[in-house]
Amino acid sequence: MEMARAATLLASLGRRTMQSVSGLGYAGMLLLESLYFIAIGWRRGQPVRLGSVFEQMRQVGVDAIPIVSMLSFTIGVMLGIQFIAALGEFGAESQVIMAVAKSVTREFGALITAILVAGRTGSSLAARIGSMQVSQEVDALAVMGVEPVRYLVAPALIAMLIMMPALTMIANGMGLLGAALYASPFLDMSIGAYFVQTFNLLDPRDLWEGLSKSVVFAVLITLIGVSTGFAVSGGAEGVGRATTRAVVLSISLIVVADMLFSFFLNR
Amino acid sequence: MNAPREFGEPLIEVEGLDAWYGRRKILHGVDFHVHAGEIRVIMGGSGSGKSTLLRHLLGLIRPAAGRVRILGIELTRASDEEMLALRRKMGVSFQGGALFTSMTVGDNVALPLREHTALDENTIRIMSRLKLEVVNLGGFQDLMPSQLSGGMVKRAALARAIVMDPRLLFFDEPSAGLDPVVSAELDELILRLRDALRMTIVVVTHELDSAFKIADSITVLDQGRVLLTGTVDEVRGSTNERIQDLLNRRPREVEVDVDGYLRRLTEEEL
Repeated sequence: MEMARAATLLASLGRRTMQSVSGLGYAGMLLLESLYFIAIGWRRGQPVRLGSVFEQMRQVGVDAIPIVSMLSFTIGVMLGIQFIAALGEFGAESQVIMAVAKSVTREFGALITAILVAGRTGSSLAARIGSMQVSQEVDALAVMGVEPVRYLVAPALIAMLIMMPALTMIANGMGLLGAALYASPFLDMSIGAYFVQTFNLLDPRDLWEGLSKSVVFAVLITLIGVSTGFAVSGGAEGVGRATTRAVVLSISLIVVADMLFSFFLNR
Repeated sequence: MNAPREFGEPLIEVEGLDAWYGRRKILHGVDFHVHAGEIRVIMGGSGSGKSTLLRHLLGLIRPAAGRVRILGIELTRASDEEMLALRRKMGVSFQGGALFTSMTVGDNVALPLREHTALDENTIRIMSRLKLEVVNLGGFQDLMPSQLSGGMVKRAALARAIVMDPRLLFFDEPSAGLDPVVSAELDELILRLRDALRMTIVVVTHELDSAFKIADSITVLDQGRVLLTGTVDEVRGSTNERIQDLLNRRPREVEVDVDGYLRRLTEEEL
């Protein structure tokens, strides 16, 4: 009896492993196919339309600016409070600027943006493609001779690759502003002087670390969103499940990827 | 209407087609030929494999075994270019219409033209409105698909399917979910399309009245096998028990397989 249960458990573990490996393979294939269409699709009668790229850029990027700004500003204030409190105990308030500048540009800007975009865009990609799959719209595209990957995935991928770093830069700026507004009175300096100090302390490498992360997150969010969308079966309920799955999976992978990235970049 | 006609060369040639869904075999060595100018109805109950056959004809599934040739091109061996060229000559109207919900009806119909031709916007607009007129949806181009009734969705989908003037038109369940009058109108429309635009049309349906009205020939599928391909009269006059069951809406006899029954009850879930 115990043996049988263990065997069932093992079997289900194996099945899940197989599923995630094949899911990974599928996502990789989608990535390669999109890159193929972006590179030479127009020569094969499958051009990636600039119009739909701009439309996606608006949805992914421009529409997300208010929420990204607001949250990264809040995080900035929060960091200011924490660092003033923690470093103040050692009388090291002057180090606050350094600590805020590095943690915002290397970590929080990219991370907050990625989590927000995963919630907004990852879910909407999964829901849109999932419901198109259910209503046979994806099939309709295919039989019309419009490659679904070219039409649905490639524009989203390009838009994400452009807008994620852009949003991350906005988040960096707003985060630093939030921290400056809170911390500068404690440091007896103007906000202007705070920013001058910040820029003196920042290394271009810090910005690059955040921005390169944001590019990786962009690919992760897009691929997870579209591949869960294409895998939808089972009607409206399936679309709902895919949406949830896309968000949870993207955020989990973003956090893990972020940790790995930080580890390798700071050795 | 159902008198024997002379048909042209074969446009669809399917030989020995097998299909699997997991460990279940859906199609068993299906042979299927459709000639130019014909209206062929694929008939069968649910689970007979007719949708699977259609998906193979559309090149949405690769055959597990056997050959599918459409307009002389073998789908498994076709290059991307050949496939694209083929798809421009095929129109498909899906069961639920599959209109893109984010676009107006007009944009839906115009999409194939926008994607595959270099025509200017004016011409595209005129051509797509022309096709909307053909399906009696003139003036509806600015509505969203969600604002259309079931019959209108099917007609709009038909307009999109024929906008490139395809040689081959596939129609999945034209009458599903429609009232008898609307579905009869669609049948008329299909007949008119064949005569006016000289299309070869494959219709998948389980609706007997509609099948008998439009078909030049009927292929009856049952449990993944072709029972019969013939004219309406041949199908009506068939002595095959399963066909008669289908025609007379008789429930089929459930075969009891004692071994299989016990195995299904005791088998571990895989």
